[in-house]
Amino acid sequence: MRTYGLLAWTWLRAAAQYPASMLLLGLATAMVAALDLAGIALLFAHTPRIAGFTAEEVLFLYGTSAMSFAIADTLLGGTERLGEHVRRGTLDTMLVRPVSPLIQIAAEEFTPRRMAKLLPPAAVLAVVLPRLPVEWTPGRIAMVPVMLVSGVVIFAAIWVLTASVQFVVIEVHPATKSITYGGAFLTQYPMTLYAREFVRGMTFVIPLAFVNWQPGLYVLDRPDPLGLPEALRLASPAVAVLLSAVAATAWRAGLRHYRSTGS
Amino acid sequence: MIEVRDVRKTFTVRSGRLRRRRTMVRAVDGVSFTVREGEFVGYLGSNGAGKSTTIKMLTGILTPTSGSVRVAGLDPARRRTALARRIGVVFGQRTTLWWDLPLRDSLTLIRHLYRVDPVEHRRRLEELTELLDLGPFLGTPVRQLSLGQRMRGDLAAALLHAPPLLVLDEPTIGLDVVSKATVRGFLERLNAEHGTTILLTTHDLGDIERLCRRVMIIDRGRLAYDGDLERLRTSVAADRMLVVDLARPAPPVQLDGIGVERVDGPRQWLRVPRGMNAAAVVAALARRYEIADIALREPDIEEVVTRLYRTSGAFGAE
Repeated sequence: MRTYGLLAWTWLRAAAQYPASMLLLGLATAMVAALDLAGIALLFAHTPRIAGFTAEEVLFLYGTSAMSFAIADTLLGGTERLGEHVRRGTLDTMLVRPVSPLIQIAAEEFTPRRMAKLLPPAAVLAVVLPRLPVEWTPGRIAMVPVMLVSGVVIFAAIWVLTASVQFVVIEVHPATKSITYGGAFLTQYPMTLYAREFVRGMTFVIPLAFVNWQPGLYVLDRPDPLGLPEALRLASPAVAVLLSAVAATAWRAGLRHYRSTGS
Repeated sequence: MIEVRDVRKTFTVRSGRLRRRRTMVRAVDGVSFTVREGEFVGYLGSNGAGKSTTIKMLTGILTPTSGSVRVAGLDPARRRTALARRIGVVFGQRTTLWWDLPLRDSLTLIRHLYRVDPVEHRRRLEELTELLDLGPFLGTPVRQLSLGQRMRGDLAAALLHAPPLLVLDEPTIGLDVVSKATVRGFLERLNAEHGTTILLTTHDLGDIERLCRRVMIIDRGRLAYDGDLERLRTSVAADRMLVVDLARPAPPVQLDGIGVERVDGPRQWLRVPRGMNAAAVVAALARRYEIADIALREPDIEEVVTRLYRTSGAFGAE
């Protein structure tokens, strides 16, 4: 962790050599991130409810998911470039240092730009949370940070999982993007918007439903439209831990099968 | 320091677009050797002979398919991170430094990564700065350094944690004559004064001649030779070359058992087979010609290696 901070700080300083570029890129990132928000606004301009959810509720789902994703992306987004490192052979230089290559890659090119993604969801949550039509019991209050942290861990595990695949199949970067970024996009809307089988897949295969949907139902005090057991609503932390274990195993297996490049 | 026992590494290579065929390539095929503390070993081989694969197994980057490897008392594949603290690695073709940072900051970061004590670090850095003459460009971002400067920076980075073993993969590749000399001189001192064990792969036979007492040659995944440089020269019975400057230009000299390799004005290159007394040849020559100057050249390693390849059939009819 200390090493990660150190590396990130170093990259930050490297990026700070071009302050104007850093600022503009940060601004651009924040604006692109805010576009998702514009999409939601556009929908609610035509209808008061989406799939039975009010604007506040959808924004709550958006805010928690986007926040979790932005944090995971800030911390681990660099791993999507693993394939590039494998191809160029630069992973070798990371492997001869006494620090996990995962930390080195994750921290690589750490820029404040990634953090700019945090701004729109943070603003949305600040506005929406006090307006949600729910009774704030201690359980619900506690659930908000719990779901955010679980969401971060789930997204982070997905980053690591998709990176692990790149040890073996180098050219999968675009495909993995559809899982990481696609997953982030999907979870911004109520799951009832999607087909039933698809939601089951998101619950039990790639457990994106646990980022914000299941715990969100708990906070919003809603019955599950798909009729899944209520216990699932509290399962996010367990799912996060489980998925992390799977990701760690995959990463280690990937590293073992790493073949390096010629000379 | 290094112990390699019957190590193999096989890669499966897929070929063909539609019908994928899998072929097994044996990059390293049963290699064994031991490197003792304080040795300076050159590791030679043509492209694709298995040099880099061996180095990668020694540093824990690749896991051997079979056989055992022990480096600095550790199994590299299992204890890669622990091993990294005990060895220094330099890849000639890629830098371990941070592109946008000044060299000094890169080295400070390395101190943190290796958890070197700050006082110890300052002492080492001072010493390395002096030996490698880093002073003039410590504050320059790495991307602005020349290749020679960058290589010196990389050497410093690999040695800041005072590893007892240094592994170099093509450290002089692409360097100009002056930088090469600096790097070689530094490695020589490091080995002699600090007793650092050094294993170096290279294409540049000059590196080997200048630095290594012991040479290992790998060919198609197998060790073709392991021993000292002198014995390599004699064992492949490479001929010595007698370079004679005659007083005036002459047709190729006629001496029993001596072939003339080249004639350039008054200078002639005579091939003296192993086992023939060079002094006798010179004496016979002096009786019949007026000689201005004379020099006897030991076969250079290039020739020796080519011969070795030829006898082991590596290059067929070259």
